[in-house]
This record gives sequence, C-alpha cells and structure tokens, in this order.
Amino acid sequence: MTSRDDAGGGSTGGLFTATPLERRKRATEAIARTVFLAMTLMLVMPMVAVLATVVVKAWPALSPSFIFDNPKDYMTSGGIWAPLVGTFFLVLGSLLVSAPVGILAGVYLNEYARDNWLTRIVNLAVVNLAGVPSIVHALFGVGAFVLAAGMGRSLMAACCTLAVMTLPVIITSTREALAAVPMSFREACWNLGATRWQTIRTVVLPNSISGILTGVILQVSRAAGETAPILFTGAVFFVPVADHGWEAFFPYGPGDRCMALSMHLFTLVTQVHGVSDAYQYGTAVVLIALVLAVNSLSIGLRGYLRSQKRW
Amino acid sequence: MNGTSESQGRVAGTGRFGPWFHRVADRAEPLMDWAIRLCGWSAILFVVAILFFVFREAAPMLFGKLDLVEFLSSPNWRPSSEVRPQYGILALLVGTLAVTGLAMVLAVPLGLGAAVYISEFCKGKTKETLKVLVELLAAIPSVVWGFVSYAVLAPIIVEITGAPVGVNLLNGGVILALMSVPIIVSVGEDALKAVPDAYREAALSLGANRWELVYRVLFPAAKNGLLAAVLLGVGRAIGETMAVLMATGHAVQIPQGLLDPICTLTATIAAELGETVSGGPHYRVLFVIGLVLFAVTFVVNLTADLVVKGIHHDKS
Repeated sequence: MTSRDDAGGGSTGGLFTATPLERRKRATEAIARTVFLAMTLMLVMPMVAVLATVVVKAWPALSPSFIFDNPKDYMTSGGIWAPLVGTFFLVLGSLLVSAPVGILAGVYLNEYARDNWLTRIVNLAVVNLAGVPSIVHALFGVGAFVLAAGMGRSLMAACCTLAVMTLPVIITSTREALAAVPMSFREACWNLGATRWQTIRTVVLPNSISGILTGVILQVSRAAGETAPILFTGAVFFVPVADHGWEAFFPYGPGDRCMALSMHLFTLVTQVHGVSDAYQYGTAVVLIALVLAVNSLSIGLRGYLRSQKRW
Repeated sequence: MNGTSESQGRVAGTGRFGPWFHRVADRAEPLMDWAIRLCGWSAILFVVAILFFVFREAAPMLFGKLDLVEFLSSPNWRPSSEVRPQYGILALLVGTLAVTGLAMVLAVPLGLGAAVYISEFCKGKTKETLKVLVELLAAIPSVVWGFVSYAVLAPIIVEITGAPVGVNLLNGGVILALMSVPIIVSVGEDALKAVPDAYREAALSLGANRWELVYRVLFPAAKNGLLAAVLLGVGRAIGETMAVLMATGHAVQIPQGLLDPICTLTATIAAELGETVSGGPHYRVLFVIGLVLFAVTFVVNLTADLVVKGIHHDKS
C-alpha cells in the first residue's frame, strides 16, 4: 500500500503526469502540426478564393444564351458556342489518335515488355514525353504535322499535336490499371491453353477497362485545357460559325482552322480591347467547370472502382 | 476446327460477343502482337521525332548565321530589327531562371509541408479530401492561371506594392508556384508513403514525437523521392508557357527587382512565333530556343527519373 502511494503521488511527480521533456515534445508536435496545416491551407485557400472570385464575377454573364450564342461585335460580346464546339472536336480528334495508341502502349509495357534495356528506354521516353514543355510540343506540331505532313494549320494538325502531348497520361494509367489485375488471373487463362493475345483480350482488358477509362477521361480534361500546343497548329482567334441548324454543330472540317475555348480566353485577355469583365470571367468559368467536371468524373470513377474491388 | 473455336468462345466466357467475334479476333493475333509492340515503342519514336522535327526547323540557323557565343551571352534580343537583328537569349534565360527560382522558393516549402501534413498528420476523409483538392488544383488549365494572374492578382500587386504594372516577376512567381505545387505534393506524398511503416513504429516506440519522426526519420529515408518531387516541380515551372506569358509582362530585360516585368524562353516562343515569317531567321531562332528548352527539361526529368530509380534500387 505505502509503496503504491509513493509511486502515485511521491517525489517523482507521478506516473501519469508529464515530465518537462514530455511537455516539450508535445508542444513541438503541436507546433509542427499547426505549421504543416497552415502550409496545406495556404495551398488550398488561394484556389478556393480564386474560384469563388471568378464565379462571382462571371455570374452576370452566365445564361443558356452565353453557351449557345456565337461571339459577336468583334468578340466583345455574345456567347462562346464556336470555341466550345472547337474544343469538343479538338478533344474528340486527339482522343481518336491517342486512346488506341496509348492503351496498346500500356498493354505493351505491362504484358509484353521484359525487364531489359529496351523497356527502360521506353519508360524513360514516356517520362520525358510527359515532361517536354507544351510549347515545344507546339513547335513539334508545326514542324511535323503542319509543314512536313502537309496538313497546314488545321483541326487535324492540332488534334495530332494534342494527341502526342497527352499520350503519356493514357499510357501510365493503362499500365497501372493492367498491373492491378492479379497475375493468377492470367496464369489461369494460360493454363487453359489461351495465347497471350487471347488472355489480354478476354481476361486482362475486361478486368481493367474502368481503370483505363479513368486515364482516358484525364486525357480529355488535359486536352481541353491546353492552349500552347494548338496556338500555331490549328486554333485561331476567330472563325465565323453558323448560328443555327446543322452547320452550327459541325462547323469545322478536319482541314479547317478552328476556335477553342482556351485559345478564346487567351485572346479575350490579351488581344481584344473593350471586352466586358463578365464575358472574360464567364469564358474562364465555363473552361474551369468543364475541366473540373471531367476530372471529378475520373476521380469519382476511381473511388468507385476501389470500393468495388473484389480481389 | 468448329469444336476448337466453340471452346475458345467458352474460355472468353463473357457472352457479350458471338463466337464469330472471337474467331476473327483470334486470327488477328499476329497483327495485334505487332500493333501492341509498335505502339509500345511509339513513345521512343515520338521523343525522337520531337527532337528531329524541331531540330530540322532550327538547323539552317544553328549551323549558319547564328553566333552561338552571342546567342547564349548577349542580353540583346532584337529579332525583328530591320537594320541589325540580334539574337541574344541571356535576358530570356535569366527571366526563366528568376521566375522558376522564385516559384520554387515559394512552392518547395509549401509543397513538402503539405505533403508531410497529408501523409503523416491526417487520415480518413480529411486525407482523401485534401488529395482530391490537390489533384483538382493540378487540373486547372494554364491559360486559366494566366487569366487569374492578369485579372485578379495583378491589381492586388499594384495596390499593395505600388508597382507601375501588376504583371511582373512577382506575379509570375506566385502563379508558377501555385501551378507547380500539386506535382510536388503528390510525388512527395508518394515518397513518404513508400517509407516502410516499421520505421515509423520504431521511431514512435523510442519516444519520438511526430515532428522528430518527420525530421529525423522520414526526411532522411525519403530524401530521394522528395528530391525527385522538387525536380519535377522545377521541370514543370521551366516548361510552363501560357500562364507565364500572361503573368510576367513580356518585357525583354534582365530583372533588377521583384517588380520588374520579365520575359521567359517559353513565353517568347508563344508570343513571337505567330508573327514570324515561316523559314526566316527569327522563326528559326525560336526553334533553336525550343531545342534549348527540350535539352533543359530533358536533363531535369532524366535526373528526377534516375533519383527515383535510386530509391527502387535501394529497396530491392
């Protein structure tokens, strides 16, 4: 009894009361936590503040007619239909090129490639392709597609440039999606006598298709926002587009120059005088909303996949 | 023959496609084999093609009239001068370095701090939410950042500092910092996640608090990954074009202070290529700048890749 009393309230200060060292440690931990939290907030807050400002300033301009009208009065008013359709076709065109190539390249890296020097070079190339500045992609587009391939400045050339630029996004996410399919699935299939291509087609791809899809969606968001690569390869400040009818939905042929939403915003800010604030902010909001919506779709799909995972 | 294809149809087992589909698809195997290989190698092809086509446009100038010493050491960029055009990119190089440096001074501590907070100090819903926010931050297009710098940040800078123009080095640095922070956070967080939990458990059981754990254990253990995160951030900042073009004021001069407008390598290409005559000396010099940019980012990315490979090598 007495010894326990000693231990509880004696000269040592008690078993469960903090020593100065422990107090100091707890204090530094609290300080560290607060500082790191502050750093995180300093990243998140500006974005939230900026988005809020942009949306508030754009509010007067936002209406259905803003989306469906064409720019008018030398692009100082009206809507954003022509650039919006241009962006749609640019994204679609680049997707048609980069999705097949990127998915097959992902299949190659995960299913075919052995661990040798060639594979290391391919991986290095993918990393570097992702790291090449967008303006250098634009120069490549001018040199290769506009001039050497004879496409001229056109929707087609811009799509090809965008496709090359966004290829790494699809390659990396396809590779990750395929790597998530357990090896035992493939082994079971091979043991039934299936060849490598049959295994890929009937087991690997069906089990990873949604993962691949998230990568494709990310490519869409990336391609929709880019400006530099299309600046000299196909996008222009202004193209007259029909207001009504069939023509309004298919205003650009593959050989035509086109408008794009990102390019339109750039033009409004730097080239056109007398544009109302609301029109600029409205364009920015539509672009942001488009990109963030597509991105959220991809993030949501990924979360859903994780929750549905059966192995 | 018939029996074989039937059984293969059952192997497929999905039931979505008829046996005819699988018969055709099986026949395509050699073709698909080669298609997959070719697409796999296409990444190499594209990197080489980028180098080749940019080089092809730049070559006549590079091996002809361009004085390389003047090109790299002269601050005089007067490409459209009628009398004597001068192609010195020193001011552009300094501009790129200054804005990248300023961005990194802001982004590296913030990015690594946020990476530590997300990885070590929060969990569950908060963690997921913060990661999604960082991902969305990365998704905002560069032209939107440029617009924000021009329309929102520039007036604020003018008001606070009294600078004559709001689009300058400071504005560009802040915007670039916000743009390159997400990659630093996500790669940095991956690097911290890759440190085995046994390290954390050992440190905590020895009586370390979280700060000591981060500073004494995680930073040394994850230093390669964190370095790679910073390098990738640098690569992103050097290559950024539209935001920098709109935020820095596009004045070709060597900056004396934070409030001077500057001009970068990327912005010069974006601003001037449209005005040049295809095949003229000015046009070709811009492609030479493109080569310089390609080389710089190639080295930065290669280093980052090697540093990351270093981690994997150590682990195995």
